[in-house]
Amino acid sequence: MAHPLSTPRSLLQTEGTVAATPAPPPALQVGGLTVAYGEKPVVFSVDMSVAQGTMTAIVGPNGAGKSTLLKAVLGLVKPLSGEVRLFGLPLSRARDRVAYVPQRASVDWDFPARVIDVVLMGLHRELGLLRRVRPAHLDRARACLARVGMEDFATRQIGQLSGGQQQRVFLARALAQSADLYLLDEPFAGVDAATEKAIIAVLKDLRAEGRTIVAVHHDLSTIRAYFEHMFLINMRAIAAGPVAEVFTAANLQRAYGGRLGEAQVAGMQAGDATP
Amino acid sequence: MIWQALTLQLGYNATLVAIGATMLGIAAGVTGSFLFLRKRALVSDAVSHATLPGIGLAFIVMVALGGEGRFLPGLMLGAAVSSGLGLLVIGWMIRRTRLTEDAAIGAVLSVFFGAGIVILTVIQSMQAGRQAGLESVLLGSTAGMLRADALVIAAGGALVLLLVMLLRRPMLAVGFDPDFAAVTGTNVARIDLAMMGLVMAVTVLGITTVGLVLIVALLIIPAVTARLWTDNALRMVGLAGLAGGLAAFVGAAVSATAPALPTGPIIVLASFVLFVLSIALAPARGGVALLLRQMRFRRRVHRRQGLLALAAGQPIHEPFTLTLLAREGMARADGVPTEAGRIAAAKALLDEARWAALRGDPAQGLTASRYDGLTPIETVLTPDQIAELDRHLPRPQAVI
Repeated sequence: MAHPLSTPRSLLQTEGTVAATPAPPPALQVGGLTVAYGEKPVVFSVDMSVAQGTMTAIVGPNGAGKSTLLKAVLGLVKPLSGEVRLFGLPLSRARDRVAYVPQRASVDWDFPARVIDVVLMGLHRELGLLRRVRPAHLDRARACLARVGMEDFATRQIGQLSGGQQQRVFLARALAQSADLYLLDEPFAGVDAATEKAIIAVLKDLRAEGRTIVAVHHDLSTIRAYFEHMFLINMRAIAAGPVAEVFTAANLQRAYGGRLGEAQVAGMQAGDATP
Repeated sequence: MIWQALTLQLGYNATLVAIGATMLGIAAGVTGSFLFLRKRALVSDAVSHATLPGIGLAFIVMVALGGEGRFLPGLMLGAAVSSGLGLLVIGWMIRRTRLTEDAAIGAVLSVFFGAGIVILTVIQSMQAGRQAGLESVLLGSTAGMLRADALVIAAGGALVLLLVMLLRRPMLAVGFDPDFAAVTGTNVARIDLAMMGLVMAVTVLGITTVGLVLIVALLIIPAVTARLWTDNALRMVGLAGLAGGLAAFVGAAVSATAPALPTGPIIVLASFVLFVLSIALAPARGGVALLLRQMRFRRRVHRRQGLLALAAGQPIHEPFTLTLLAREGMARADGVPTEAGRIAAAKALLDEARWAALRGDPAQGLTASRYDGLTPIETVLTPDQIAELDRHLPRPQAVI
């Protein structure tokens, strides 16, 4: 069987040729990406390709470079080498099509802002420097809050929210960006079960609308129920493809090393066969 | 005399100085708020201290060229150049060495300030150009301020305000979540640079009024004061401008009546008074408000527990609960419920039963997660939804 990671580089070669291919470009295309903090590589020569309209989990042990990979895709950390294309375009020309849900813990929740103010930040690109926030913008922000079940909290101070509510506000802010590609960094970390259900429902809705979801995910037990594709990484790409093919004991062993027993994997595979 | 100063009755010059100082105070409070929300308050200390060598050198150059050494725009230019240099050095140290920002700030602040003091000492020994009084840039003095200087400060302050208003949206976005701001296309480095430029402008405008040692206080204290009053960022910015303007005005007015007093310390003390009043009285986060909120919460918890105990027919032993229920006419002093108490208890019990039903319904997970034992269900569900819920409720048992 051909290695699932052997193809992406060839796409970079088509750059410059006339796009006569009928197939839409991948939502996300990463080629030879290496990112280092100081002199320690965190992501090493990673290729990745995510087709439009799919839902992909980026999975790997702690410190495997999952978040760093997302940040490099978004231009938040500068890669040492490699190339990133979104819908066949460089990031600078695809910004309007990308939404981001960072880790909840990455911001100060004591910041003086109401829930609606945070969601409106998703519209900043549209508002620019001078345009006033109009009722239409507020309506859109409220609609995004309603989608995540937070419409009653619009005027609440963000510091008063629970972890799950904070996460849903972040998702609402990304929804306000009305993008085609959603990149989420551990959206289910430290949230209550009801929130997890609400978030996955929204993500599946987005997918049904033809949008692309890529989420860093750390809970192996829910991968099969939530995602259709997965990308296993531990600094280097380990395996990529449909969950049914990639979620194997051998692949997980390669990503997680000795930390994951074969029995555990088998248990998880059996466990969610009946969701 | 002080009353006349505060009501601008000390003549044209003093009025102009007061207006200039107020404008500066507003600009400092507003700009400082964004700096505070970006969590880089300390940088302003480095910016201000790093102005000193530039001021000294500008003085020397202007005297050497045969001009007036204390020409304010010239001094401001020198101050801006040297504090800009200080900022560059800080940025370089953070990027090139493994020093953290606070260490880099400490190093730059002290070295630049030390160099500035040496230059000032050299100037003292020079025999030219009214050097006396140059040290007023340290602590500020409006005593000998020229009309033109006051106008420069007022105009500069207004310009800073205009730029801040223009950049308010990206500056707030970067303060809350720089990564997300970058994803939406904001150039974070450029916004940070602009913010530093504005802080530098305020500092440079303030060297004669507040003095460079204390300008940091006028940038930060109003912001901290305003934060106590509101949880809305833009309102906080406005309030900080108000606090800064008020403090600067009072400082300038007092200084007009007692020219021997340095202006800077008076302005700082005035803004400190506002801060102390706010920390006690502010309704959003002040001490009194916090205490009241805690007491109200404690009463809610005890009332609820007491009512549920009444509904279950259990005796209440806790004295606070007992007093609370008695005072509100829910129970007699010996714990026997009154009619009102019986009704309230039944209501509390029904509320709990409805919540329990809601939490038992897996489809209602998000709403049910708002259960905290205190929130009445009517604040979460519509009457229709409650009626629907009641249909699935087990028949209410007779209460007491």
